[in-house]
Amino acid sequence: MSLVCAAMMAAQPAVAQPGAPGSERVRELVHLVRQDCGSCHGLTLQGGLGPALTAASLSGKPRDSLVATVLGGRPGTPMPPFRGIVADDEAEWIVERLLEGFPSDSGASR
Amino acid sequence: MLQFFVKYMWWIVPLVLLSACAGPQPVLRGTGDLGVVIERATGQMQVIETSGRKSLAQVSGLGDLSHASVVFSRDSRYAYVFGRDGGLTKVDLLTASIAGRVVQAGNAIGGAISQDGRLVVAQNYEPGGIKAFDADTLELVADVPADFGSEGKRSKVVGLADLPGNRFVYALFDANEIRVTDLSDPRHPKTERYPAGKQPYDALVTPDGRYYIAGLFGEDGLSLLDLWQPELGVRTILPGYGRGEQALPVYKMPHLRGWAVAGGRAYLPAIGRHEVLVVELGSWKEVTRIPVKSQPVFVMARPDGREVWVNFAFPDNGWMQVIDTFTNRTVNTFQPGRAILHLEFTPRGEAVWISARDDNKVAIYDTRSHQKLAELPAASPSGIFFTSRAFRTGF
Repeated sequence: MSLVCAAMMAAQPAVAQPGAPGSERVRELVHLVRQDCGSCHGLTLQGGLGPALTAASLSGKPRDSLVATVLGGRPGTPMPPFRGIVADDEAEWIVERLLEGFPSDSGASR
Repeated sequence: MLQFFVKYMWWIVPLVLLSACAGPQPVLRGTGDLGVVIERATGQMQVIETSGRKSLAQVSGLGDLSHASVVFSRDSRYAYVFGRDGGLTKVDLLTASIAGRVVQAGNAIGGAISQDGRLVVAQNYEPGGIKAFDADTLELVADVPADFGSEGKRSKVVGLADLPGNRFVYALFDANEIRVTDLSDPRHPKTERYPAGKQPYDALVTPDGRYYIAGLFGEDGLSLLDLWQPELGVRTILPGYGRGEQALPVYKMPHLRGWAVAGGRAYLPAIGRHEVLVVELGSWKEVTRIPVKSQPVFVMARPDGREVWVNFAFPDNGWMQVIDTFTNRTVNTFQPGRAILHLEFTPRGEAVWISARDDNKVAIYDTRSHQKLAELPAASPSGIFFTSRAFRTGF
């Protein structure tokens, strides 16, 4: 059932979701996660200094705590807070995409 | 006609076959002005020439290059490329082809080459440890796990550097230790352990191979080991350089390497601060601290030591600054492109190559005038490595 839900959500165009970022911002966010989160988590999100962020490695983790980690960081570890760089609903959008398998990068904004 | 061919021209057949087998012959040339540019997103790299400021060839099939680093064989013909995915690829710069490749770990961060050039050593996050390979064949010759504690845990390894005597020094991010592994008899590695500061994230060895300095994420200061008197253990230098202030969030870990040494001083990125720290080698006294634009990532001395060029962490990674080491002031602040990830000086330092990831280009600057000389297209470029590294301890 959850697989079906995930598939249905993935099939929805991102712009159609309430509170979801627009297409240019989506491109920026995907680039940010792949490249700059990728400094520690790897371009393929298989991990590095930071843990892997693949769908498999995140499965079962509560999404609220993942969103809180993105926004607030994890004190005592190198994970910095991204509040101010991404908005709250953008952090939620990033976590949703991570949980279903993150999209590939189409480059920096023009 | 056929008789004529058989009698006089028979030699053409084996010649044609031979040349077809051998493929295009490499041009006879030296390698001292060659280098590579990593194209991180596509698992490729360019072979470049600094004299002509041009790309010579592209090599594909190098795996995940998110945090790729490169060392060179002592004849500076081969580049050993360490990929994030544990791939170790030996690339022939002259033929621009892969001469060997192994996937040696699940997650790797870089590597080093031994003083005698016979061993290539990878530093790994998963499984944590170092592994040594025969530089010719890439056959595994030593596997040294970074184990710690009593529960069989293994630490991520950072800051690997070669030392005289086919020894290697490195730090353990999770175990707060510096280790020295002697691979002079690679089948029987011997490892010494030195307790160090909290969460070392990278390190450097001075060009003479004497001092090893590890940057610390979890502590206000740096860990120093004098490799001429290792029995004295690790001491903390620049303790409390952050003055107890809350460090800024770090969006990109700084990188340390022996390139930061100039004029008897080390120029070090202050983690979580908009500062470059200047410390005197030997006395380890703070000379000064230089305010800079943002959090420094690479703090690299021009080969003559007169200038230090600095790039910065996200989100200020479009900027660079130049510090005059005579006055310890910034003398230039400029924007070479979007997402500046790395820079590399030509062997004698007349030019510097700068990768601008989000502009898909490498910019080449004159280091006297600070003017741009040329740009080369490159797909999402990150690390730039020149063959002159082959002759430097710690590279």
